[in-house]
Amino acid sequence: MVFTSRDEAESAGTEFSLDSSEQLAGDPAERAGLGPWRLTGRRLRRDKVAIASGIVFVLLIAACLAAPLWASEVAETTPEENHLSDQVLIDGKPTDVVDMLGKPIGPTWNGHFFLGADGNGRDIMVRLLYGGRNSLVIGLAAALGTIAMGLVLGLLAGYYRGRADSVISWAMDVLWAFPVVLLGVALGTALALGGLDLGPITIQGDSLAIPILIISIAYIPYLARPVRGQTLALREREFVEAARAQGMGSMRVVFTEVLPNVASTLVVFLPLLVANAILLEAALSFLGAGVQPPQASWGTMIAEGVERITSAPHLVIVPGAMLVLSVLSLNIFGEGVRDALDPRARVRIEH
Amino acid sequence: MSSAMARFVVRRLLSMLLVLFAVSVVVFLIFNVLPSGDPAVRMAGKIPTETQVEAIREEWGFDEPLYVQYGTMMKQLFSGEMISYFTRQNVSEEIWKGLPRTLSLAIGAAILWMALAIALGLYSALRAGAFSDRVLTVLALVGISMPVFWIGALMSYYLGYKAGIFPNGGYVEFADSPFEWLWHLVLPWTALSILFIGFYSRVLRSDILETMGEDFVRTARAKGLSERRVLLKHVLRNSLIPIVTLWGLDFGAVIAGGAILTESVFDIQGVGQYAADSIKQLDLPPIMAVTMFGAFFIVVFNAMVDIAYAALDPRIRLEGRPSR
Repeated sequence: MVFTSRDEAESAGTEFSLDSSEQLAGDPAERAGLGPWRLTGRRLRRDKVAIASGIVFVLLIAACLAAPLWASEVAETTPEENHLSDQVLIDGKPTDVVDMLGKPIGPTWNGHFFLGADGNGRDIMVRLLYGGRNSLVIGLAAALGTIAMGLVLGLLAGYYRGRADSVISWAMDVLWAFPVVLLGVALGTALALGGLDLGPITIQGDSLAIPILIISIAYIPYLARPVRGQTLALREREFVEAARAQGMGSMRVVFTEVLPNVASTLVVFLPLLVANAILLEAALSFLGAGVQPPQASWGTMIAEGVERITSAPHLVIVPGAMLVLSVLSLNIFGEGVRDALDPRARVRIEH
Repeated sequence: MSSAMARFVVRRLLSMLLVLFAVSVVVFLIFNVLPSGDPAVRMAGKIPTETQVEAIREEWGFDEPLYVQYGTMMKQLFSGEMISYFTRQNVSEEIWKGLPRTLSLAIGAAILWMALAIALGLYSALRAGAFSDRVLTVLALVGISMPVFWIGALMSYYLGYKAGIFPNGGYVEFADSPFEWLWHLVLPWTALSILFIGFYSRVLRSDILETMGEDFVRTARAKGLSERRVLLKHVLRNSLIPIVTLWGLDFGAVIAGGAILTESVFDIQGVGQYAADSIKQLDLPPIMAVTMFGAFFIVVFNAMVDIAYAALDPRIRLEGRPSR
């Protein structure tokens, strides 16, 4: 599923420019002489909600990094260990982790089974933290992959124009025409079965690299199109012409003159891409084409929970709530970054 | 229609066909080049003998060169004679069966999300900065941060299974009982719409606020129009253009497979769920057919939006002309 519209992406691309000091002159807090990035940092720091959301996301990452600590010190189990025939003390009396009818216990709010157990008697809190690692790693890696590939393709198409542009733009059209979830699920299922064997690179079928690759490819057009558009405009500007006139090679012009000017677009896209990648990972895992069992991710946990929702709704609520919390914090933070980088958006909000 | 416009439409249609061709080749290659297993071996059953596999390979033409297999597949696709490898059912008949379900879901949801997004976007633009606007902003962000299958499963459990207000998934034909049809679709429509309501209402809100600062709005006020008339006739009409564009694109995308998760959660058995089931078996013919069906909708709605824009704005036609 796609959460940024193409029009938004395209118009966004042309709006973010950092060399707009005249536009900023009206704001008294923004003294002259500061670089555009420092100005952005200042504006962002004033946006308390965005900062708080960013902190929430960082805390979530920290919690998931501490997963082994929680597992060994507090819960005293592993994400894969079954406790089907075990008992825990609840209100002083021993209770089956999974009862005779297969109904797992709900949250105990104690170290063991803090958030309850799943149908296999596994500790949900432990799985939630380990699953979060997978969800977040996939989200971050896929977003960086999209940025790397989309940036290169967009710069190439926009700077060299001509045949390179035709081929790349056409490839983007083809990618755009694919139903995203359908393509992702088809690729994910096919790859999960046989893995990928590209000469020296071999990827196992259950590797996280597969969902990362699929998701990063799926979002390329969202980034490549605005980067191409900006590059097309930038290459006609005087400073690029001056660099060329000085005899700089085109590679150097692209990296030292054009790239710094599209960097703001990348910064705006990053948090939103991570948020969408986490959501797409969950969707793929829900349809069985993302993270492969017994590994956990928030998406696979929701998928497993839906099977048992009538007896244990907490199996669906808990991982979904974590997912929503992380995506929401990223979205709010991302909006803050966008407003801080784009003074026009700022003006709009202050209406 | 001017000749420039006619040329634009023709060029747009040609590129559409080329894109669809590329999509079909990519899908075909995914399932023939990736090591996802030999379909003949999987079709032959649990313990296949070499001769059985060989016979299937010959019967289905898996021993032919790839380009011949691709040609056969396309011919079957367009003549409606495509057969699933595993269920042996006719693929176009299955898609045809699922289509009214997918369309019921997509059309109803599209109307719901557009109506609510306009109402909420207009309301929060008029109350910009007020408490109610902030609440709506937060709600919209929550809406775009929720996976549709999660909120769908929770709605189905709490409002369907537990409270018993709505049916717990499934679909009833409109012809059988219009009321049951509607009642079964209320939750799926809502679940599918939440994301778009959140997204569109935000876009509309900022567009309205931007339009309110335009000169023509000041002129309309200055010539004495009532605030209500200014708002509906001048501001809203202009601010609607971007989200109507999105509406066209998203509607195409929802039919094309965007509803796959909603259909699976609510067991609607539409085209999307058919695709999901076929993918689990790596059943190439239905996957190919549904992907082409989906890509067709996406491409057609994209082209319609482009052509509508070109018809309204002559500059786009000029920009679209190859510069080389």
